[in-house]
Amino acid sequence: MSDPMKIRAKMNGDVAEIRVLMGHPMETGQRKDAAGKPIPPHFIQSMTVEVGGKMIVDGQIGTSVSRNPVFGFKMKGAKSGDKVVISWVDNKGDKRSDSVAIA
Amino acid sequence: MKYRIAIMAALVATWTGPVLAQEKDPTIAGIEKYREMLGDDNPAELYEARGEILWKKADGPNRVSLEKCDLGLGPGVVKGAYAQSPRYFADADRVMDIETRINWCREKIQGFSSADVKKKPFGSADKPSQIEDLLAYVVTASKGMKIAPPNSHPKEKEAYELGKALFFVRAGPYDFSCASCHGEDEKRIRLQGLPNLTTPRDTKASHAAWPAYRVSTSRLHSMQWRINDCYRQQRFPEPGYMTDSVNALITYLAVTGEGELYKGPSLKR
Repeated sequence: MSDPMKIRAKMNGDVAEIRVLMGHPMETGQRKDAAGKPIPPHFIQSMTVEVGGKMIVDGQIGTSVSRNPVFGFKMKGAKSGDKVVISWVDNKGDKRSDSVAIA
Repeated sequence: MKYRIAIMAALVATWTGPVLAQEKDPTIAGIEKYREMLGDDNPAELYEARGEILWKKADGPNRVSLEKCDLGLGPGVVKGAYAQSPRYFADADRVMDIETRINWCREKIQGFSSADVKKKPFGSADKPSQIEDLLAYVVTASKGMKIAPPNSHPKEKEAYELGKALFFVRAGPYDFSCASCHGEDEKRIRLQGLPNLTTPRDTKASHAAWPAYRVSTSRLHSMQWRINDCYRQQRFPEPGYMTDSVNALITYLAVTGEGELYKGPSLKR
């Protein structure tokens, strides 16, 4: 089971500031464990951000992103109360989707 | 003449005051800026979220949640419990820090064995321990509240005095005590500032920032870990998880740092 995301979204003037903290090991596949065996890769491959039902980010990320990654976005055209839905899919097919309303 | 010197001294004091305040060590200013940038989005929040689920989950051999756990403010009260710890618990007849108390509840309410509870107190980046999740949840519920350990029961006072005495005990192959590193102002090891834990000023800032998530290890560290690891660094035998001596030292720190508003789990290098 994956950890819940922490999403912060608030209006700053007419710009919505969205920040998300995801809990994920983001294992690159390059590391070895204590016994010397390679640790299999396990990382988020794609993520999407929807605001008010409209897709604003549909992106791919990879092993260069750290463990427990943080992303921040700024956008115009959103308003307080709009629902922000952030989802990701990793290379093992695990999924996670969390949402929050813009404050 | 004497009078004039006094005036001169007073003038010098007023002149140098603001100048000194501006000349902050650029290294320390740099570290503070780094901490500020990382202030939000602390991965400790992921621990907290997991901990909340765990707190409310029917778990252990007894299949019950921890929602009836008495952390010192009555059964089920989580909010503010950490800010008023460590304290004496009559049912256990000892002074417990918050982590010891959570584990006590896991044992008595959920039915885990004492060995189970102590088996894996400190997790790794890949395998976080459940107690660290629970701890993050409980301490975060005291965020913004005043650190106010009761320190009124005779056993609490005894723990404080014992912790204070232990702080200054010099022994081991390096002839070290806690005070060897934490007994003077403005000391550091490489980039790590060493708070002077004999003064309320530094202890307030330090105590209000623990537990802490460390970027270099990708994990949340508890005060139980901190004190045991300090002893390891002194090349002492480690006093052990949830022992009376560790709880006494935590009591000493909490009482010395009382009055500060708890900041919640912080982020460290």
